[in-house]
Amino acid sequence: MAVKDYLRERFFPHMWCPGCGHGTVLNGLVHAIEKLGMSKNEIVMVSGIGCSSRISGYVDFHTMHTLHGRALAFATGIKLSKPELNVIVPMGDGDALAIGGNHFIHAARRNIAMTALVMNNRIYGMTGGQYSPLSGYGTIATTAPYTNIDQGFDVAALSMAAGATFVARTTVYHVHEVADLIQQAILHDGFSVVEVLSQCPTYFGRHNRLGGPVEMLQWFKDNTTRIGSKAAAENPELIQRGIFMQADKPEYCTEYDKIVEQAMAAAKA
Amino acid sequence: MNSQLRFVQGNEACVEGALYAGLEFFAGYPITPSTEVAEHLSRRLPQRGGKFIQMEDEIASMCAIIGASLTGHKVLTATSGPGFSLMQEALGYAVMTEIPCVIVNVQRGGPSTGIPTHIAQADVNQARWGTHGDHAIIALTASSHQDVFAMTVEAFNMAETYRTPVVLLFDEVVGHMREPLLLPEPGEIPLVERLKTSVREGVDYHPYLPREDGRLPMADFGGVHRYNVTGLYHDMWGFPSDNPKVVHGLIRHLVDKIENHVEQIARYKTFYLEDARTVLVSYGASARTALHVVEGQRKRGQKYGLLELQTLWPFPTEVVAEVCAKAERVIVVEMNMGQICREVQRTVRDPGKVFLANRIDGVLITPTDVRQVLRLIAGQGV
Ligand SMILES: Cc1ncc(C[n+]2csc(CCOP(=O)(O)OP(=O)(O)O)c2C)c(N)n1
Ligand code: SF4
Ligand SMILES: [Mg+2]
Repeated sequence: MAVKDYLRERFFPHMWCPGCGHGTVLNGLVHAIEKLGMSKNEIVMVSGIGCSSRISGYVDFHTMHTLHGRALAFATGIKLSKPELNVIVPMGDGDALAIGGNHFIHAARRNIAMTALVMNNRIYGMTGGQYSPLSGYGTIATTAPYTNIDQGFDVAALSMAAGATFVARTTVYHVHEVADLIQQAILHDGFSVVEVLSQCPTYFGRHNRLGGPVEMLQWFKDNTTRIGSKAAAENPELIQRGIFMQADKPEYCTEYDKIVEQAMAAAKA
Repeated sequence: MNSQLRFVQGNEACVEGALYAGLEFFAGYPITPSTEVAEHLSRRLPQRGGKFIQMEDEIASMCAIIGASLTGHKVLTATSGPGFSLMQEALGYAVMTEIPCVIVNVQRGGPSTGIPTHIAQADVNQARWGTHGDHAIIALTASSHQDVFAMTVEAFNMAETYRTPVVLLFDEVVGHMREPLLLPEPGEIPLVERLKTSVREGVDYHPYLPREDGRLPMADFGGVHRYNVTGLYHDMWGFPSDNPKVVHGLIRHLVDKIENHVEQIARYKTFYLEDARTVLVSYGASARTALHVVEGQRKRGQKYGLLELQTLWPFPTEVVAEVCAKAERVIVVEMNMGQICREVQRTVRDPGKVFLANRIDGVLITPTDVRQVLRLIAGQGV
């Protein structure tokens, strides 16, 4: 199937600002799915609320646009009730890790098979530029006009600590990595997290004087490196990209099937 | 006859009713006095291939059952006051997206943590208006285990019929006390199954285009029809819209589909009402007390009657108005500050004849409490 067949073309042009990184995540996602040759009917996308979450409107899957922060909880109900579906859950950084932080760590802990995409632009884009738990110390936001004294999360470390069994990170500058990592995440049988650093030139860029989209993309190029690279060893300040964790652990729905078997046998006995 | 007589708690009667109705998926978070519902279902559901999951909180529980309903399953969650508060945003999502689901709230005293192991009936208005925005809702209740069973089945039936969340407002006393329950035979109580679309694969399916009778056939999420579901105002395809016509049409539809069926949704019981001069209106555990009072007065030759409400929302205005029309006095017996009393007052022609007999201290209202109010009204003092 051609990439554009996965899109709902009638909704384009999309609602994102010119230069927004979120469209690149969409691009990577549909390429990943095209490479996997998946049928549209086997994919459910569940998103929350935010600029990022609007991604679900543009793809021709079963799409559910839910509540701010709660996408993974809805997705858990979908997946457990119909485990044969492939469930993809794109979320903003605020969506996934502020209001939705509790659902995030518990979905990871259960190791329920679904792919969480954290579209991390380090800001609340949709509401106009307030700081998020990923903005980081020393940044400026409309609600941190002096400076942000909130420390940020490391999404990869948090995901691993919570029990996610596939954890990866890249940026929208690294378009092919986006597609490749999402592809691997979808194939993974367990809870997978792909953090994609994305730019919000409209708010994060402007408030923090990071220039336009081009400069922000350049920043991703200059400030990240592959896990285990020489550059990483030399400069620990660099943000690492790649797969941090890929482990085999019992998957929740598969385990629940065993409970069903056990309960049915006990009921008969 | 393989009907079974069981001696159970009200919460178990609810579980039996839910399973009878075809429950397939439960998500919940423990809270007194509703926990037994989750405990029993964790054992019973997988025995029939159903799914049970204990979520990280009530917000997640409510979201999870909505997701599971969308894939074509009958779903339930059970909670009590604090958890019911947490569920309100997602409950509104189910209203907006018209996804059938049943929410049990075994009421305890509030606000806040309140009085967890004691009875109250103070979430009546929360069930009606807990989530933000204009909307309609169905809320049912019951005073005995046989009725808990029946109302639970009704809740599932109404959820499917009207594509809406239905709230079961039980209370601590009914939830925890034990009494006999006669399990009906399969087929004895009719069940409403999900109305599924007959639109074939490859043909355009409109998830939010009501049929002429106002009903919306569903397509299982993950099946052959792909569509969008959103809590935003949406068009017939389920895509966001802020077109004033679409917005107006949808809110009207959400309210009308329930408010135009008040009569069909009304469930109630009547006791000695034919010639009643004094009418008691009550529901839940309080109705047991009220019935005791009515029967006592009848023995003394006093013309007392009882209207026991089982549908609280939409409020059965016509039934209440008719029953109360000929009464000299109407006493609403409930365990809150007058939440249903207020509804009755604005329903009857002469609100001055409506009085509240209540108790708000976590102790089940007694016949003595009610009789004291009756004496006060009659000007006879305590
Ligand atoms: C319960 C609730 N609280 C607040 C909001 C308002 N809100 C909408 S999106 C958003 C933040 C979006 O930020 P993020 O998740 O990072 O996504 P982005 O827009 O940056 O892609 C907020 C606070 C809401 N919709 N619901
Ligand atoms: S506000 Fe930021 S995140 Fe939202 S669309 Fe614009 S650039 Fe993208
Ligand atoms: Mg953001």
